[in-house]
Amino acid sequence: MTTAPTPPELAIQEELPVDDHEHHDFRMFGLLTFLVSESLMFGALFAVFLIFRGEFPQWPPEETEVELLLPAINTVILVSSSFVIHYGDVAIKKGNVAGLRKWYWVTALMGAIFLAGQAYEYATLGYGLTTNVFANCFYIMTGFHGLHVFVGILLILGVLWRSRVPGHYTAEKHVGVEMAEIYWHFVDIIWIVLFVLIYVLALVN
Amino acid sequence: MAQAQLPVSGELPQVSGHHPTAWKWYDYFTFNVDHKVIGIQYLVFSFVFYLLGGLMAVVMRTELYTPDADVIDPNLYNALLTNHGTIMIFGWIVPAAIGGFGNFLVPLMIGARDMAFPRLNALAFWMLPPAGLLLLGSFIFGGAQAGWTSYPPLSLITANTAQSMWCLSIILAGTSSILGSVNFVVTMVKMRVPSMPWDKMPLFCWAMMATSILALLSTPVLAIGLILLLFDINFGTSFFKPDAGGNVIIYQHLFWFYSHPAVYLMILPIFGIMSEVIPVHARKPIFGYKAIVGSSMVICMVGLFVWVHHMFTSGTPPWMRMFFTVSTLIVAVPTGVKIFSWTATLWGGKIRYTSAMLFAIGLLIMFVVGGLSGVTLGTAPVDIHMHDTYYVVAHFHYVLFGGSVFGLYAGIYHWFPKMTGRMLNEPLGKVHFLLTLIGANLTFLPMHVLGTQGMPRRVAMYDPQFTQINQICTIGAFVLAFSVIPFLVNVIWSWGWGEKASGNPWRALTLEWTTASPPIIENWHRLPVLTHGPYDYGMNGHDTSPAIATHS
Amino acid sequence: MKQLPASIWTLTVGVVVTLIALWAGNHSGFFPEQASLQAPLVDNFFNLMFMIAVALFLLVAGTIIFFTIRFRQRPGDEEDGVPLEGDFALEAYWTLIPAVIVIVLGIYSVEVFTQMGGFAPGGGGGNHLFMSHHQHHEMKTQLVSDDPAENAPEFKAEYGLGGAGKPDVTVTVTGMQYAWIFNYPEGITAGELHIPVNKSVQLNIKAADVIHSFWVPQFRLKQDAIPGHDTELRFTATKVGDYPVVCAELCGGYHGAMRTRVYVHTQEEYDQWLKENQFAQNPDLSGAVAVNSED
Repeated sequence: MTTAPTPPELAIQEELPVDDHEHHDFRMFGLLTFLVSESLMFGALFAVFLIFRGEFPQWPPEETEVELLLPAINTVILVSSSFVIHYGDVAIKKGNVAGLRKWYWVTALMGAIFLAGQAYEYATLGYGLTTNVFANCFYIMTGFHGLHVFVGILLILGVLWRSRVPGHYTAEKHVGVEMAEIYWHFVDIIWIVLFVLIYVLALVN
Repeated sequence: MAQAQLPVSGELPQVSGHHPTAWKWYDYFTFNVDHKVIGIQYLVFSFVFYLLGGLMAVVMRTELYTPDADVIDPNLYNALLTNHGTIMIFGWIVPAAIGGFGNFLVPLMIGARDMAFPRLNALAFWMLPPAGLLLLGSFIFGGAQAGWTSYPPLSLITANTAQSMWCLSIILAGTSSILGSVNFVVTMVKMRVPSMPWDKMPLFCWAMMATSILALLSTPVLAIGLILLLFDINFGTSFFKPDAGGNVIIYQHLFWFYSHPAVYLMILPIFGIMSEVIPVHARKPIFGYKAIVGSSMVICMVGLFVWVHHMFTSGTPPWMRMFFTVSTLIVAVPTGVKIFSWTATLWGGKIRYTSAMLFAIGLLIMFVVGGLSGVTLGTAPVDIHMHDTYYVVAHFHYVLFGGSVFGLYAGIYHWFPKMTGRMLNEPLGKVHFLLTLIGANLTFLPMHVLGTQGMPRRVAMYDPQFTQINQICTIGAFVLAFSVIPFLVNVIWSWGWGEKASGNPWRALTLEWTTASPPIIENWHRLPVLTHGPYDYGMNGHDTSPAIATHS
Repeated sequence: MKQLPASIWTLTVGVVVTLIALWAGNHSGFFPEQASLQAPLVDNFFNLMFMIAVALFLLVAGTIIFFTIRFRQRPGDEEDGVPLEGDFALEAYWTLIPAVIVIVLGIYSVEVFTQMGGFAPGGGGGNHLFMSHHQHHEMKTQLVSDDPAENAPEFKAEYGLGGAGKPDVTVTVTGMQYAWIFNYPEGITAGELHIPVNKSVQLNIKAADVIHSFWVPQFRLKQDAIPGHDTELRFTATKVGDYPVVCAELCGGYHGAMRTRVYVHTQEEYDQWLKENQFAQNPDLSGAVAVNSED
């Protein structure tokens, strides 16, 4: 015979099932976990950039300088869009779907302006992806970030699309709204680091 | 021993929700979101790739039977060695250990009905078949030939199309791994049954926690390395092109920042399997639960800071060589803690010589060899001689074959009844174990000597003075290849016609054994309540009747 | 855990394990012959670790096998084992003892590494120690004009095993698919490395295409040849003879065939070799040398 413990109590008791239907809080936690991972992607790019910066006598090298004005304007737009999107979140917390829609539209617009500014910068810089290692870094980093902005805009548009249905987002139930917001803040923070590395450090050189 | 009496869930038709009561065979070939289906999909997929990777190894060992490159073209040899490594890592051990066992077991062990994000889970799995096809398809273009490390500039100038496919394949597999890890972390943090505090969570889950954190932190760095490599190959950038201002060493850092932790990705889940298998088959509580949890976490953290020991002979500054020598040696301590804890678990047990247990004990001994040779390699002075030699090949095969593969086999013998509802054949399992043990040692033990004597790794032709030892290795490899046959026969036969398994054939105490074998679709009708620890064998004056583990 | 019987058994096991480990550590027999000053350093260090490893392996594997047999399930015994969940003192021991071993090995490896010259890369030329990248660029022109003997190859080794002071012989090594090329300041180009015995030799290592790795197993020395990053090796060969030079970094299809020899000569033989090759490769110099030899 055996002494394997077999708790008889195990048999009957019922617990509140942890169900897979209603777990919005999981989604937020999942997003945050994913963003930790995602930030290391940028971390790796930043490290590559800094190593090259340390190796080259002049960084950015001659003929691949960066201009400052347009990116600075872009930075202001993106950073302020983070406040704008937060108004949307505040609005839905009060159950104000119209407010949510208004602020999210503005955010999406600001994101689009940022991307347009980025595209304009690419067009007018005078050098391309393959010019030299700095140009490689510049285009890969800003491009990869731009891709994230684009995804952020898609998320916001998704929220806007769903918010057409009355009652889809309420004061109590709006995880999707918050996820889009958190993602947008993430994109924003990455941009600030990126801006410092590429543009501000270029002045220090 | 009395057969466990299971009022199995399948007998009760009122399954919650809209699902069917059981999956049909064809459900396993679809985008199914059940974590158990996904787990088995991972295991079967990865085993197919294990066979492919093994076949490549057999061809390579055949080539190495003689010193000259007389069997296959040396470029094909390089393609085989590259894809052998890549497939064994990204197509076999990682998906089988993390994807397969992780997905199947974690929700069952913590009393959840599924993973936190079932659809994401299925998506993560379905990224792997295209990744695998990309690898296999790359052979049309000659196959990637720069080694699984794919160091530039070699990877930039050899077989560009195949190399690009290789990069894409690994990026896909990496993305899959990140998505899977997010799922594991969220599932374990948020979905344990309320009666399960952290210190009652099974050790396999703890191992998966450490694994997932490690994967989340390291995989993105590899992805960036490969994206930059891809751009260098295809879009004219020059990150790793020295004559255009690039730096080849940066790639090595990016690569090893992931790929050393990848070694822990491949062994931590296996440690988890060990911590489950040993107590059950020794009928003993695990010795030092907290120490094992702690050592997993320490390995996870320290493991992030040892990567440069792969670069002791690259352009690496002296202080870095010394820093990483010391950090590498430190990893030996938590690893030792685990080995000692399992050994102590054996003490005073009633050890069953089941196939699962034999593989677990085989793993213990093989892994000690691999761990000790790892310590010698971890020190810069010795590594300057040993680096990139067959000594390294011997070392990591003791760790990854003697460790990971033995552990996967132990896991398969242990959980096959739970997964399929049928027992594996034990005598065949023992034949399999013996052949594997003999084959592995015959293949990999002599390689230590080859390396110290002066044979570099990754060569299709070598100095004739090494012929004899190489022939021993080749014969060992054939034994190893042959050892798979009893296993395959066993699995196929048992899956169809094997002895039916009860819900809890091993009388184990973790929650996955409280449901039917195979488990019903949402795992339990009513979620179980934890009334004892996962390893309380012989404790607390529990009921002495045979294990009746489930209820409905 | 139960008290281990502090009996003759423990003592015997301890003595036997120690003896086997000591014997194994001194007779590992893994290595090829020692032909450089660094070789005994590496071997002694490895043998020490091997000794510890053998002892640990015998103890751990022996314990595992002993437990597996001793605590096997007897027929008909369906009881569970001893309900033992841990033992703080024991766990502390097996954490601390390996930690101490590992720390000692770490310190010892730093010591060995220092003796091998690991902390002196860039010292080869004697005048640019730990210099950052762009300083090199700026100073290169100066150097070239200053002292032609020393910097005949324009070289900026940052990594490798170096040594202080001026080496007796300097050779530039270039790895390319699939050959090693050795350039001597005397204007000789060779496919094998020729060096004098018991003289300090400086190898300045470059790569022409992909990464290679210069390895002489009998010297226990290896250094990658990295495109874009010059590296160096400083060593002293201690035995006359010829040894294999092996490429140890995957460099393409014929990586395995990228092998040559290093010939360690007596000083006289080496001078002879230098002279012959100077004549052969630089006939225009022969006149000058001939004049010199008449002095």
